Amino acid sequence: MNVYGNIFVFFAAGLLFVFLVMALVKIVAPRRPNCEKNATYECGEKPVGSGWLNFNARFYLIAILFIIFDVELVLVFPVVVRFRDQLAGGNGAAAFLDIFLFAAVLFLGLVYAWKNGYLEWLRGVRKQLRVEGPITTLKDWMAEQSRARGDRNA
Amino acid sequence: MLERFNIVNRLSGDADLILTTVDEAVNLARANSLWYLLMGLACCSIELMQTGGPRADLDRFGSLFRATPRQSDLMIVAGTITLKMAPRLRRLYDQMAEPKYVIAMGSCANCGGPFDRSYSVLRGVDKIIPVDVYLPGCPPRPEALTEALMKVQEKIKKERYFLKKEA
Repeated sequence: MNVYGNIFVFFAAGLLFVFLVMALVKIVAPRRPNCEKNATYECGEKPVGSGWLNFNARFYLIAILFIIFDVELVLVFPVVVRFRDQLAGGNGAAAFLDIFLFAAVLFLGLVYAWKNGYLEWLRGVRKQLRVEGPITTLKDWMAEQSRARGDRNA
Repeated sequence: MLERFNIVNRLSGDADLILTTVDEAVNLARANSLWYLLMGLACCSIELMQTGGPRADLDRFGSLFRATPRQSDLMIVAGTITLKMAPRLRRLYDQMAEPKYVIAMGSCANCGGPFDRSYSVLRGVDKIIPVDVYLPGCPPRPEALTEALMKVQEKIKKERYFLKKEA
């Protein structure tokens, strides 16, 4: 058996282990479900409504923006570790240029997002609600709406 | 005494064969992976943190904190239970998976402690949930909590699931 065979054995054993443990749990673990136990965990509070909520789609953009910094960190750190060797080998300038270009390309992505206003949370309120007017917070906009309806308490 | 907690019943000194019962194997696994619920109610929780820290080190007993009752076996009631907190505590206990154990840590959890005469404090956690080990002290030292955990382990190792009558 060569080295890949060994890897296959490990893989198969690992895969088998998962199902073996799950089967063992089925046999050994006591199951006494009740309505309190099946309720959504809210740190002991009584849950209100379902745990399945709609999240604002704009969080998607934040996640995308995070990837810029994530990729940058993950790929710059190995270069930093090897940079001393490159410097000693006389390739310091080339290595620096490489990583500089890489970071610059990622930075362009950030500049693009910045320019389009994706970094500004409040700007999106009017845009998302598809109404005209200057930049305001959601609270101000709602107050404005209720004033328009003739709500005196707003 | 030591023999009782030793799950490995060897046939003879040099035998290769290791025999045990399912009960004892399950109890060994349960006793040595007592994950406690990350829940501090009052000043006792500072001692609870100390016990989880590197000096007293509950980890060496296979015990570590989990931030959800779904994965916890042990509830350490560390502190004063106010009447407002009591139903929440009960709900947390209900949401833990079986088998579950409870340590009432400190005087407040045992009987109300210094707040015995208070209008807003529950006089002992055993009024709402079953308690396995009562740990006195105000607050108990980390060593005391470690011993309470070992008491729970001893209790688990005596339990029988498949063979209900005492072996």
